[in-house]
Amino acid sequence: MTTSIDFPAAKHAERTAKASPLEIKLRRKRMISSMIRYTVLTVVGLIMLYPLIWLIGASFKTNSEIFASPSFWPENPTLSGYINGWETSTPYTFARFFWNTFLIITPKVIGTAISCTLVAYGFARFDFPGKRILFATVIATLLLPNVVTRIPQYLLFRDIGWLDSFLPLWVPSAMAGDAFFVFMLIQFLRAIPRDMEEAARVDGANTFQTLIYIVVPMLMPAIISVCLFQFMWTMNDFLGPLIYISSVENYPVSLALKLSIDTTEAFDWNQILAMSVLTLAPSLIVFFLAQKYFIEGISTGGVKG
Amino acid sequence: MAELQLKSLEKTYGGGFKAVHGIDLTVQEGEFMVLVGPSGCAKSTTLRMIAGLETITGGEIRIGNRVVNDIVPGKRGIAMVFQNYALYPHMKVRNNLSFGLRLKGRPKPEIEGATQDVSRVLEIEALLDRLPKQLSGGQAQRVAVGRALIKQPEVFLFDEPLSNLDAKLRASMRVRITDLHKRLKSEGRPATVVYVTHDQVEAMTMGDRICVMREGHIMQVADPTTLYEQPANSFVAGFIGMPEMNLIDAILTTAGGIPSITIGDQTIAISEGLGDRLSIGEGPVKFGIRPQHVDVCPGGTENCFSGTITTAEFLGHEVNLHIRINGETFVAVVPSDHFSTIPRRGEVVAIRPIGQRIHLFDRLTEENISLGSL
Repeated sequence: MTTSIDFPAAKHAERTAKASPLEIKLRRKRMISSMIRYTVLTVVGLIMLYPLIWLIGASFKTNSEIFASPSFWPENPTLSGYINGWETSTPYTFARFFWNTFLIITPKVIGTAISCTLVAYGFARFDFPGKRILFATVIATLLLPNVVTRIPQYLLFRDIGWLDSFLPLWVPSAMAGDAFFVFMLIQFLRAIPRDMEEAARVDGANTFQTLIYIVVPMLMPAIISVCLFQFMWTMNDFLGPLIYISSVENYPVSLALKLSIDTTEAFDWNQILAMSVLTLAPSLIVFFLAQKYFIEGISTGGVKG
Repeated sequence: MAELQLKSLEKTYGGGFKAVHGIDLTVQEGEFMVLVGPSGCAKSTTLRMIAGLETITGGEIRIGNRVVNDIVPGKRGIAMVFQNYALYPHMKVRNNLSFGLRLKGRPKPEIEGATQDVSRVLEIEALLDRLPKQLSGGQAQRVAVGRALIKQPEVFLFDEPLSNLDAKLRASMRVRITDLHKRLKSEGRPATVVYVTHDQVEAMTMGDRICVMREGHIMQVADPTTLYEQPANSFVAGFIGMPEMNLIDAILTTAGGIPSITIGDQTIAISEGLGDRLSIGEGPVKFGIRPQHVDVCPGGTENCFSGTITTAEFLGHEVNLHIRINGETFVAVVPSDHFSTIPRRGEVVAIRPIGQRIHLFDRLTEENISLGSL
């Protein structure tokens, strides 16, 4: 018995010690092929990233240099773009605009997480009269192009008197108005077996306790993805603030970036680029911090039994 | 601990499908009752109705003196162990165990004490600070049992708790659970248990009594011995026992007071062990005999059914013979040392059922007509 086990192992050891010419050839082939693969990947990756790299490089250039050379490396690095850009041509600094964005994003993200979880829990776990029709409505709004609702929504918020405030920008989302997120969470919940919730009910938890103590923790990767999506989309949202915000003091960063283009005749490109870099930063930082959950969230049901 | 009573319990689903047809069952205080049956027999539905996870559409469930029909699961005084353990994946074992007590707002020292007690009983003390995903199947199962035990419920419900474990672990968990039940009894806190399984080995080895179900009806409730030796109908007879009981269409005649069984064109007289048990005299019946209760003799022996071996399965200590008699296949289990050489396919043998072990069933009602005054 032992010899029959030892024999192949010994043979294997011998083989690795003295590789035949054929094996050396194969090994070399494999190495060359992976080298080619990684070279192609690196080149394509760099091409994709180049605009971003150029953006960061150019934000340290002087205005005259930006269009003079295609290289991303600034010859005479300067912080003037950041300093002057931050000051803006308005009475407010960029800090004000970042604060405005923060005031929109915070209630929007928190509200979305809470409201969408509640609505998704209801749809995924309970039977109630009219459920099918309501769910069909949710899916229908998902398919509806955004533009269609812009005008009616504008009129509605005008009548309520919410124009030039942050409310139209976050209240609908905080009331589970984003069907996409509701749908996403429902799909996640459907993939989670009900046994844990039933066990919690047997343990004496009521519906709300089951949601808080059992469902939300299991749904966490999905909820984090929802928050991330909402954060990035709101950060990038230009049209919403453009429609509803009219006074400069209420501008979020996405609108404020446009300011420097509007108000001066000769564009200070380095200021615009510098502020773009700053505007990108929060999304990038948040994404990299939550990357693990985000990828887990969009790729799987997130829960291992 | 309390008695559990089901009275004309019914379950009809929205579409009009009736899953449970008015069943009556009483589980005594401290009794280990096993619900067993093929899949789709509504055993799990019944258990979930007892737990309160399914609504009851008719009848009544009593735990102790209370009707619990409309009481939420958490207040019924039950604890349940689920098939796939259903441990809370984000909580450590310690918190999984104590979740119920924490919800009730029990004082911390009490919760800590109860957790220690239960983990000692189930030997999971070393696992208390692990997450469920760091547990093996058997460990997770013990934690699931612990989560039920810690609540000191009036009735324990087990929903096929061992079916996700491998055969070896299943055997050892079976023993553990029965031991635990006995230990609790001897410590003066007997546990009323309802245990659902589709595995007859679990049913036979664990249950004080077994309730065999089929399509939402109870076929028989009895202790394992009775179930095996005096099945109430051909369904129970066929369901309990390995290999299955032979059930073959036959004609019963009682010429001269001695009952005879005719299969096809072969008739044998059963001179002893059957006559006094019969509740009908003559007619078409289903003839039932367990493979273990058949004598296999050399071909041509008098007063035997004669047949041809189609398959001989050698299992070491015994041989399963598949014998063809008038187009019907008969299985006989014979100890290996019964033969000097193992019979081969195509060989003609004679088989004689042991009179005392014969069961006859009504072909229409499927009821056992050979129980007599037993």
